[in-house]
Amino acid sequence: MTDAPLLPLFILLTSLLVSPVLFALPEHAARLRTGINLGMATLKVALVAWLSLKVAQGVVYDLRFEMLPGLEFKLQADPLALLFIALSALLWLITTVYSVGYLERGPHRARFFGFFSLCVAATVGIAMAGNLFTFLIFYELLTLATYPLVIHRGNAESLRAGRIYLIYTLAGGLVLLLGTLALWVLAGTTDFVPGGVLDSVAAERPLAAQLLFVVLIGAVGVKAALVPFHAWLPIAMVAPAPVSALLHAVAVVKAGAFGIMRVVYEVFGIETAQALGMTAPLAALAGVTIIYGSLRAITQDDIKKRLAYSTVSQVSYITLGVALASPIAAVGALAHLIHQGLMKITMFMAAGNLAEGLGVKKVSQMDGVGRVMPGTMLAFTLAALAMIGLPPLAGFVSKWYLAQGGLDAGATWVIALLLGSSLLNALYFLPMLHRAWFRDSAEGAEMPGRPRIGWMLAAPPITTALLVLVAGGFANAPFSPLEWTRFVVAIEYQE
Amino acid sequence: MMTIDPVTLAIFLPLFGAVAAFVAPRAAALIGLGTLALTAAAVGLLARDVIATGAVIVPLGGWGAPLGIELRADGLSVAMLVLSVAVGFLVSLSALDALKGPANARQRQYFWPLWLLLLTGMNGVYLSSDIFNLYVMIEIIALAAVGLTVLTGTRAAVRAGLDYMYASILGALLFLMGVGFIYLQLGRLDFAGLMDAEPTGALFAAVALMLVGLALKTALFPLHFWLPAAHANATAPASALLSGLVVKAALYIVLRLSQYMPFPSESLLTLIGVMGAGAVIWGGIQALRAERLKLLVAWSTVTQIGLIFVAFARAGEAGLTESWKAAALLILAHGVAKAAMFLAVGRIKDEVGHDTIRDLDRAPVRPTLAQFTFALAAISLIGLPPSLGFIGKWSLMEGAMAAGYWHWIAVTMIGTLMSVAYFSRVFAGFLRFDRVRGTVAEHQGWAVADAAPLALAAMAIALGLMAAPILNFIEIGYPFGEAK
Amino acid sequence: MTPDLIYGLTGIAVFAIGLVGALCAQDRLRRVLALKLCSVGAGFLLVVGAWRTPPMAPDPVPHALVITGIVVMVSATAVALALIRRLQTLESSDDDD
Repeated sequence: MTDAPLLPLFILLTSLLVSPVLFALPEHAARLRTGINLGMATLKVALVAWLSLKVAQGVVYDLRFEMLPGLEFKLQADPLALLFIALSALLWLITTVYSVGYLERGPHRARFFGFFSLCVAATVGIAMAGNLFTFLIFYELLTLATYPLVIHRGNAESLRAGRIYLIYTLAGGLVLLLGTLALWVLAGTTDFVPGGVLDSVAAERPLAAQLLFVVLIGAVGVKAALVPFHAWLPIAMVAPAPVSALLHAVAVVKAGAFGIMRVVYEVFGIETAQALGMTAPLAALAGVTIIYGSLRAITQDDIKKRLAYSTVSQVSYITLGVALASPIAAVGALAHLIHQGLMKITMFMAAGNLAEGLGVKKVSQMDGVGRVMPGTMLAFTLAALAMIGLPPLAGFVSKWYLAQGGLDAGATWVIALLLGSSLLNALYFLPMLHRAWFRDSAEGAEMPGRPRIGWMLAAPPITTALLVLVAGGFANAPFSPLEWTRFVVAIEYQE
Repeated sequence: MMTIDPVTLAIFLPLFGAVAAFVAPRAAALIGLGTLALTAAAVGLLARDVIATGAVIVPLGGWGAPLGIELRADGLSVAMLVLSVAVGFLVSLSALDALKGPANARQRQYFWPLWLLLLTGMNGVYLSSDIFNLYVMIEIIALAAVGLTVLTGTRAAVRAGLDYMYASILGALLFLMGVGFIYLQLGRLDFAGLMDAEPTGALFAAVALMLVGLALKTALFPLHFWLPAAHANATAPASALLSGLVVKAALYIVLRLSQYMPFPSESLLTLIGVMGAGAVIWGGIQALRAERLKLLVAWSTVTQIGLIFVAFARAGEAGLTESWKAAALLILAHGVAKAAMFLAVGRIKDEVGHDTIRDLDRAPVRPTLAQFTFALAAISLIGLPPSLGFIGKWSLMEGAMAAGYWHWIAVTMIGTLMSVAYFSRVFAGFLRFDRVRGTVAEHQGWAVADAAPLALAAMAIALGLMAAPILNFIEIGYPFGEAK
Repeated sequence: MTPDLIYGLTGIAVFAIGLVGALCAQDRLRRVLALKLCSVGAGFLLVVGAWRTPPMAPDPVPHALVITGIVVMVSATAVALALIRRLQTLESSDDDD
């Protein structure tokens, strides 16, 4: 029994209902808009904290609503969902502060924040979806809500990018629709159940089950930017910085990675997926993506594109951890869901600050920026070092567990992969740090004395950088991402 | 002695309203809205009766089937009545604004009588229970619809209206010929009589004739030639009625036939499906190439009709009674969403001054709310969740997958992708700003004229959440034989 | 060959001639006339249906249907003719410009 059974719904509504209000607000009502935004974001964090406490106490939330005979719209708040909700709620709050500062005088703010809220609602919905049908609904909503954000600048380039983005994600959505239908027809349910719902189907019609696995992973793999479905991600970098930060740290790619988890753990079940022989190819694909993304990142001069390729690579750590089919690797994967989010959002906000404050958009322009914007660059540096995997930062924790998991699963190649990837990470991040801190600004390049960025731009990346430090340093504290992750993995592996 | 009951009222109220609006043109708008309100009340009462006691049968003038005219209301009929009255009411509200001013006096004078006559015909179709009555009603619809098409009086509109007229008469006559064949075969015309019929070659020919006639009336590819011009050249509220409601009447008849007639041949079904698939693809290509927004939306109607016929294509298959429900959901979804979209396009055209797609991004005025409405309607037409269009498409694909009809699934998916492609042409025009000189004026406030289309578009999305009750409702009184 | 079959076939033939005319005619007026022919064919068929059951007590229902059909067709023809006239006026005024 629960004392607030509708709590998950309220968490969804804090951003879903606020969106039409934001659309309807006149463009010039900036204060009111900011007030609503921050108020709701704070409220959401509080509600999520409350929900986490309840779920940790063992309360089960389950909201259902019949949409078609037998087919339900279902929200649940299992620990895996909470992991993702907590991340998005927290980062929504921080990104909202950042966006308010970033778009202070820009056009179409009503539209921006309306869709921004919708985006978060979709993310929360994806997290709490209790079956694949509900997941599909929010997955499509996320596509629709992010498209106007990607093309926010409204010029030819962004519209072109938006079109590519839409083609990739809607095609992915359509394939997901197909997969969901097939699951419904094959298994008679689309519910997410730890251990999966397909063991009898897999026994009777292994080929159909394998095909379904490919279809479903392909569909969510588009948003997770798995090679070869990754091309939209660097192109979508035309979006404003807060959008890139949100897309790459929380909403879109994580929705994809999260979808992979749900499909592997709760549609198929890890044992069934393994028995079908599908986990090893998935792990290999993740490995390819990790290396490919890193290699491409090295050659990018545009800061945001370099970060985007880095995301392609890093998000696949999550897929890798899932596909290794070892509980220890799973801990690493889930922890990386949070850790990568924190690290990447820091870097994107820092990149946005460089562009806003100094007009620096390329790596080759970064000479000496550390001295001009020390706070921002300190945050960036911390996140970059964490990405590379320097202990005791957050990225190290994920990589450690992934490596352990690789050993546990008997896949020693994972160690080599992780070492290689870390080396590549260092190859594309360290030059940036070197330029920022150890080089003088190039001759002729005009550096304004003190870049004028407000606290609303400066504070968010520093905050998330501190979180990166905390998540790594206090990884074993209660309610740390890692601890929660162990809780989740115990459920998914049905221990 | 004729008793007053909601079934009779649903047909005769609009008829009297049409006459009254014609006689008193000054009060036409008032009469129109009043009539709609009264009709809505009658439909509401009828819905209550149907929910309480199942299908309602009223022998008109005291004569019953098979000789006299019998009206019959079951869940599906009432759902269609609700669609025409609810969508019609919102379109009427929007017509108040669209047809205001002295320049539109003539249009205003004829709009209301024609529209009420149209409502008479449509309600008549939804309540008929014999195929000859259906013939008379589709002729009434045709006359009123052609009148609405040519309302603007421009040369393009009259020309399109005339083509529409030819297609409509021919379609009705083909239907009539089918009716004649059936009478020769069976000696009766009521649905109940048709249900027990032995499937013979002659009956097959009769059904084929009727289907060809209806295909002409619903503009099923390749008989769609009249639709794009007719729907694109009418005035916005008329387009909304034509595209949202009028084609649905003929689709409804196809749906009824698929429910009650023994479909004698699997190959006829496949043929229907192939034509539907052709509509989906050809309409999609034309929508991608259309230069004007209204034309694009009209071509999108062609594709959607094709999709509905794809849903029919597996009707009659054993164990798949669900297929008619998928078609019904798609019909309802398209009715609401397409009306919203045409009204929104009308608003955009009014504000921007033109509806040339490639120049939308040069417009210094952006009617935000109308654009938003367009986008919401597009979501339902593309079939993205949680709209009613999505639910319809889901039901269609679910049944097709269960039956192993992978080709129909492929058609549906291609259609979806194409609709994304052609609608995103429009979105790009809405959201691009770098081709405008000077500042862009965005309407952030609420224009009253936007309220009706927005309400329709919101309905198209929200009805998806009510799909389960809708499905339960349209099942009332099905199958036919059990009605009393 | 029984009389009702002959009548029936004649009805179908008239309908078919009308159909061909409606599809192929270029002239607007001719097209309307072809459609009229179609309706005559369909009416013919229905009348035969009334007659076909011996002994000689014709079924009144098809007669009622045919009369309704004729009324409907008359009004449809009227509208079509009105549209044609209107279009001619519009086109001739365009030519003057």
